[in-house]
Amino acid sequence: MTENKTALELIDIHKSYGSLEVLKGVSLKASDGEVISILGSSGSGKSTLLRCINLLEQPSQGRILVAGEELALSRNKQGDLQASNRRQLERMRARIGFVFQSFNLWPHKSIIENIIEAPTQVLKQSKDEAIARGEKLLDRVGLLDKRNVYPANLSGGQQQRVAIARALAMEPQVLLFDEPTSALDPELVNEVLAVMRSLAEEGRTMLIVTHEMRFAREVSSQVVFLHQGQIEEAGPPEQVFDRPSSQRVRDFMASHG
Amino acid sequence: MDLLGFGDLLLQGTWVTIKLALASLAFGLLFGLLGAAAKLSGFWPLRALATLYTTLIRGIPELLLVLTIYFGGSMMLMAVAEQFGYTDYIEISAFAAGVAALSIAFGAYSTEVFRGAIQAIPKGQWESAQALGMTPLKTFFRIILPQVWRLALPGLGNLFQVLLKDTALVSVVGLNDLMRQAYVATGSTKQPFTFYMAAALIYLGLTVLATLTTTWLERAADPASRGARA
Repeated sequence: MTENKTALELIDIHKSYGSLEVLKGVSLKASDGEVISILGSSGSGKSTLLRCINLLEQPSQGRILVAGEELALSRNKQGDLQASNRRQLERMRARIGFVFQSFNLWPHKSIIENIIEAPTQVLKQSKDEAIARGEKLLDRVGLLDKRNVYPANLSGGQQQRVAIARALAMEPQVLLFDEPTSALDPELVNEVLAVMRSLAEEGRTMLIVTHEMRFAREVSSQVVFLHQGQIEEAGPPEQVFDRPSSQRVRDFMASHG
Repeated sequence: MDLLGFGDLLLQGTWVTIKLALASLAFGLLFGLLGAAAKLSGFWPLRALATLYTTLIRGIPELLLVLTIYFGGSMMLMAVAEQFGYTDYIEISAFAAGVAALSIAFGAYSTEVFRGAIQAIPKGQWESAQALGMTPLKTFFRIILPQVWRLALPGLGNLFQVLLKDTALVSVVGLNDLMRQAYVATGSTKQPFTFYMAAALIYLGLTVLATLTTTWLERAADPASRGARA
């Protein structure tokens, strides 16, 4: 693992909402091809941490590096950090795929239009090229036949698979998943996990906030357990799941079977 | 209904009314969008300016606005022209004054419709576009605005009906619109019922047409409702 390049590095990330400190200094390093699952009870700050990486949430303190390039940050009036250079932020966001719990597909655009929007508008691909790539991705998530329908006509699981294809269309260096199956009916969870598993197997770098313990154990190279905004325990899945040193993690694993 | 040869006059008036309403709609939508953008801006002077605009305009009668712009406008123009040595009488056209007054009024009301619609778009719609590296401007115009449009249409349709009827106010400054032509015809034939009834039916026809158009636009703006093609 050590000879692998670092895809993503977070250094001492803090986030406060007023006097409430949600993240109390989290550092994390993902090498190329690593799959890191972030676990923890609700309110532990795991989603906030993920959203701080591409500045959907502005951290109060800390540093963010993608493939060695540091995101330039400066303090705003509210005391949080914002991107010093909007261009750089947009460039780095384009390299970080983000999959939301609530999919956030655009309802006024068809499935293929959802997928080609950013490749044509941000990466300036030609429409034909973007469509050709988009159709390959749709095929990969098993939804090529839905290319011309609108998001409202799809099930939650199908929408999330489209959202993953939309993120992949940017050919991101890192993929972030924010509880991708939490909004789904139980019978739809597996189709999304299957897509994510295949991405892990082809060596994508992924950070996954999830409650799917079995999935996390199977696909992760590293598991990070957050508690009250700090890393309580981190290590390979066998360690965190089977021999955690923290009592808190043991209790959590016991209650989440 | 025997229009005693005044039918053509009424039709000409109707055409003027339609042009006035559509021109005011176009500018009014622009003012409304700018107003809403200003009200939601992070820059407080813009917010203050937009609040002043909507409070002031919504607080005064439209007729007062028409008169102020028509008479005040030509005085202002003359004062400016005098600085350049031009001393003749300048009159601004009743049509231009009407478009200005009605679009300013429509803009003030539609500012609130647009603001409500923009705020009704879930935050996740912005976030998913930004997370893909899209600029705020592109996000607004390509992702948010088309959805705003769909939400704002019912409210805008309502305002357009009011606008259509408010065009009659411009007849007081001598614009030959439908209202004024009906008044003129009545004056020379002494048959108020015939001509005001004819005008009423034409206004009714126009508003019905506007309602149908709004309904059609609402359906067109919601592609998902047209169902899946696959």
